[in-house]
Amino acid sequence: MGVNNTIVRLTARSMLGGRRLYLLAGLAALLLALALLLRLFADVSATDSAEFIQAVSLGTLLPLFGLIVGTGTIGPEIDDGSVVYLLAKPVSRHVIVRSKLAVAVTTTVTFAAVPTFLAGLIMVGDRAGIALAYGIGALVAGIVYSALFLLLAVATRHAVIFGLVYALIWESLVGTFVPGARTLSVQQWALSVAESIASPGVITADVSLGVALTLAAVVFVAATWYAGERLRVLTLAGDD
Amino acid sequence: MTTMSVTGVSRWFGNVVAVNDVTMTIGPGITGLLGPNGAGKSTLINMLAGFLPPSAGTVALDDTPVWKNPDAYRAIGLVPEREAVYDFLTGWEFVLANAELHGLPDPGAATRRALATVEMEYAQQRRVGEYSKGMKQRVKMASALVHDPAVLLLDEPFNGMDPRQRLHLMELLRTMGIEGRTVLFSSHILEEVEQLASQIEVVVAGRHAASGDYREIRRLMTDRPHQYTIRSSDDRALASALIADGCTTAVSLDDVDQVLRVETSQFFSFAELLPRLARNAGIRLYEVSPTDESLESVFSYLVQS
Repeated sequence: MGVNNTIVRLTARSMLGGRRLYLLAGLAALLLALALLLRLFADVSATDSAEFIQAVSLGTLLPLFGLIVGTGTIGPEIDDGSVVYLLAKPVSRHVIVRSKLAVAVTTTVTFAAVPTFLAGLIMVGDRAGIALAYGIGALVAGIVYSALFLLLAVATRHAVIFGLVYALIWESLVGTFVPGARTLSVQQWALSVAESIASPGVITADVSLGVALTLAAVVFVAATWYAGERLRVLTLAGDD
Repeated sequence: MTTMSVTGVSRWFGNVVAVNDVTMTIGPGITGLLGPNGAGKSTLINMLAGFLPPSAGTVALDDTPVWKNPDAYRAIGLVPEREAVYDFLTGWEFVLANAELHGLPDPGAATRRALATVEMEYAQQRRVGEYSKGMKQRVKMASALVHDPAVLLLDEPFNGMDPRQRLHLMELLRTMGIEGRTVLFSSHILEEVEQLASQIEVVVAGRHAASGDYREIRRLMTDRPHQYTIRSSDDRALASALIADGCTTAVSLDDVDQVLRVETSQFFSFAELLPRLARNAGIRLYEVSPTDESLESVFSYLVQS
């Protein structure tokens, strides 16, 4: 799993150098602020807290972060053509993808998984293992989303739109109304992981842990590999 | 000495044929890829640079295809037309990153050398985003030269440069050519190609229209009428002598400019005929000038055909 340090450094700087950083930090701060407000002014039970974190963090924040970060690591470069400076090098395209992914995962973990854990702590302390469970769940979701949306950014110039459709339609709507589709939902895999960590009965997932971990691993590895393959045949069509 | 070869290459995008059965060899020295906008120059350069697979045919660096072959970039330096670079880096950081990505043993030294070659040391600590267009072009050039490539591909490198920067880049490219590098640049501006390229490949509407130096290209067009403007001691007498000979296809007297305009389809015999005719008729020739010897006219002929 080699990465290229130069690419990691370049990606991290472009990723965190501009407004995107404020956006990510702002969203994370929002989650923490909401958690704090609920803790201070509302009398929330452990179950309510769990539902809140599940809806806000796993349901909304994680897909959104995955989208911003996963596409953000390479999408703008492909759009403006500056990716050519990475591609016109004797570096394996798979190494390029893995380097980008390393930055995306680190960013998602920092700005989504860790705040999710902290939000849990704020709301329920260390009761019923909820904070840790959602923290780890968010970690799993963050890793898988990063790889998926990075692939999307390499495969299509309309990654953000497809990503939004996926997050809104598939994860939210289809997952809600078509029970079978939940097997193929990143959110459910994350929940399944969280379920196994928290005290029994607090969190319920529709997918068994074995299936969830297997699917998450398969999707992560396959998306990463396929993104490298797509980058190998990325064409930069002429402007003329 | 490295040669890039394009063999029977076509490239289409859906129904649109951008490059149509082109075969050319690009060897050491400076080659100009000339053609109007939309002729397929960028498509060709993208294929040469390994960023577009040919729909048919092969593009090779020496004997190795470049498509899906990142190792080819050890020998290729590419200066893309698009301006986007990593704006948040300084010039130094940008070129250094390129050196590192090439896996050079001493990226710092290579960066110093490349920035010195394009004379950009004075601005190397400024962010690329603050550079003028010409400065950006030079730092892009430095990034393409940092690994000392045998082949340099430049897509419209003179676009947006002021005359001084243009001269500087021409000088730089000339040096590269003399050093035995294979330099290919595209342009739609005739003067640039005329001044710089020892070899010209003309692409018109996706086809390889001509190849050679510009005079050669001109002579390839023997079936095209060549036009001359002539001033002599007796234009009218010369006109009648010329029209009597089979060499000319049209002769006209221009009373306003006081010149004789002649069109011939036989370049070489006309060159011999004219002085002989004039001498025999006792006419003195003051001026004989080809009106269409510039690349511009060659070009417009090629576009028409």
